Amino acid sequence: MANQPSIHAGVRALARLKKRRRSEAIFRAFGIAAIVFAMCALAWLLGSIIGTGYKAFYQHSLTLEVELTESILAPNGSRDPDTLRRANYRRIMQEAMFTRFPDIEGLSSADQRAAKRQNFDIMSTSGGPNYIRQMVFKDPAMVGQTITVRIPTSDIVDQYLKGNLNVDVPEVQRKISDRQIAWVKTLRQSGEIKAGFNKRLLFSTDSRDPELAGIASSFVGSLMTMFVTFLLAFPVGVGAAIWLDEFAPKNKAVDFIEININNLAAVPSIVFGLLGLAVLLNWAGMPRSAPIVGGIVLALRTFPTIIIATRSALRAVPPSIRDGALSVGASHVQAVFHHKLPMAAPGILTGSIIGMAQALGETAPLLMIGMVAFLTEIPSSLTEPATALPVQIYLWSDSAEQAWSERTSAAIIILLMVLVTMNGIAIWLRSRLEKRW
Amino acid sequence: MTENTSKNIKFTCRDVRVSYSGKEAVKGIDIEIADRSVTAFIGPSGCGKSSFLRVFNRMNDTIPGCAVTGDIRMDGEDIYAPGLDPVLLRARVGMVFQKPNPFPKSIYDNVAYGPRIHGLAESKADLDEIVHNSLKRAGLWDEVKDRLKDSGTGLSGGQQQRLVIARAIAVSPEVILMDEPASALDPIATAKLEVLIEELKEKFCIVIVTHSMAQAARISQKTAFFHMGDLVEYDETDQIFTNPAELRTQDYIMGRTG
Ligand SMILES: Nc1ncnc2c1ncn2[C@@H]1O[C@H](COP(=O)(O)OP(=O)(O)OP(=O)(O)O)[C@@H](O)[C@H]1O
Ligand SMILES: [Mg+2]
Repeated sequence: MANQPSIHAGVRALARLKKRRRSEAIFRAFGIAAIVFAMCALAWLLGSIIGTGYKAFYQHSLTLEVELTESILAPNGSRDPDTLRRANYRRIMQEAMFTRFPDIEGLSSADQRAAKRQNFDIMSTSGGPNYIRQMVFKDPAMVGQTITVRIPTSDIVDQYLKGNLNVDVPEVQRKISDRQIAWVKTLRQSGEIKAGFNKRLLFSTDSRDPELAGIASSFVGSLMTMFVTFLLAFPVGVGAAIWLDEFAPKNKAVDFIEININNLAAVPSIVFGLLGLAVLLNWAGMPRSAPIVGGIVLALRTFPTIIIATRSALRAVPPSIRDGALSVGASHVQAVFHHKLPMAAPGILTGSIIGMAQALGETAPLLMIGMVAFLTEIPSSLTEPATALPVQIYLWSDSAEQAWSERTSAAIIILLMVLVTMNGIAIWLRSRLEKRW
Repeated sequence: MTENTSKNIKFTCRDVRVSYSGKEAVKGIDIEIADRSVTAFIGPSGCGKSSFLRVFNRMNDTIPGCAVTGDIRMDGEDIYAPGLDPVLLRARVGMVFQKPNPFPKSIYDNVAYGPRIHGLAESKADLDEIVHNSLKRAGLWDEVKDRLKDSGTGLSGGQQQRLVIARAIAVSPEVILMDEPASALDPIATAKLEVLIEELKEKFCIVIVTHSMAQAARISQKTAFFHMGDLVEYDETDQIFTNPAELRTQDYIMGRTG
């Protein structure tokens, strides 16, 4: 009896195996290549943002002795607020700088004027005088005294000290003059100009001057907008999903609704902005630029995401759990709310937080409803003009000065940190809720 | 029918049909099921045992497209009467499924869930008592008494199945339906379960679907043999296994069809 060789042995079987192995290896190589590519792109993106952005987190400031000369501030000797408000603080600061560099006196008169201006330009020309104004306003008794203050340098000086300015070009082509460079070097050596953490970036409102600008107002605007968005989109989205999945009758109308919710998720967000403009602002007469309107618009954009996430989370709950609940006499509503919903909660929360994170990054619809306000104050109610962090980033990125580009990156870093925090919360909630089971 | 026997009848079914989207899976069954005893449903796969079992606690109502017709009475009361709330029926007719399905909650909460929603416990102490008794009756107490706070899903398959039985017992039902409760269990867990069923029949009416002839023979008083949606033969278990009247029953029991 001839011993029949197995079909899985021999040369041909080995050839088949080799072919299979090769296609597996190719597939794996593609997978790894895709991941490496994605990681490189991410690293490059983060690297370039952090590489420019970190510099905005510190800033140079100047320590200066300032004489609050009475003859300039209050020539008539009065201290009434009106006089103090309109007093010439610019002049005070110019004098203070001049006092610090008395050599300017020796220059010819034409030269002297230019030198005085350049000299003053070392500090933040609106930030310095404003700072003094506020101090004097708070305590009018200071008039006549000499005080020491710490004020931000101009953005040009700051950029120069950070090494962002090319000084190897002829003087006329650069924003900082040889004289200014010499002064700044002196001040730096004496420690009068020092670098420190840039608190303004986090706690100040927007400004025309980069050295004074911060994200506080747009950050608060974003928080308010998100608050409205969450309040509307979360309950409505989760409720609609539960109804559609569990209680909706099976008919054409409901099918139609389902299809449209899926379509809604694919609508470009700017369309929601147009809707907000047409319906909320023009028809319903709601206030322009207000977080409440932004919140409603973003809620429309977010709630299909939440519905879809909730429905898939509900469907992932094994039907045996519902059967178990029904079999001990739970009603349909009880089976849903006692069992399915808690089990679906991590998925619902994760989906909702991701939806919120998307909403947080939305810019276009907010532009449509005018949330691009230039704000020097933090909005304090949902109906006041406000702006949002991504809109702020958009505005800053549009500005020409070098100093804005690092601030744009810094604001992006802050936005990313908020997003990472939101995702962290999602993960934390997930693990916490799952531990209870 | 004498007074005595009709008292012992729990369910009376006349011409019960179950269909899924118009396709009939149970084709006109008449049967009477005795109280405080074990009734076994046997038959080849797909013959409609589960479909028929779900008639008794109206679980078929929850399946889209499933329709039940016929007259089904529990203690003489029509359980498909328009005014009858299936929620209350299911409190009286508990069910244990093929795959153990404890809730992803603590062991305590699993058992306490039914009493809680039906408001059976006046106080925490009451509830503790119910949980304790139910777990004890289900033969699980000694194994879990020190970890009532642990998740029910962390138990072994056999323990989970007994937990699910405890969960059913906790609402004080009159009937317990079991759909192949031992099919996912090893022989030792199965033996434990059978002992438990033996004890439970003292207080409950038990209807069990099983694929194990030996199991049906061991634990049931009456056996019903189903084939393609029909009730072929229904008799004392001894009778079915020793002297079946129908050839089809005999073939199935001997393993010649199925
Ligand atoms: N949810 C359902 N939808 C449609 N058809 C179903 C459904 N459940 C059961 N059926 C059909 O009804 C018939 C009976 O099924 P059933 O589950 O009652 O059989 P069974 O006797 O329990 O089988 P098994 O021993 O394999 O569990 C089968 O033909 C099955 O395809
Ligand atoms: Mg079955």
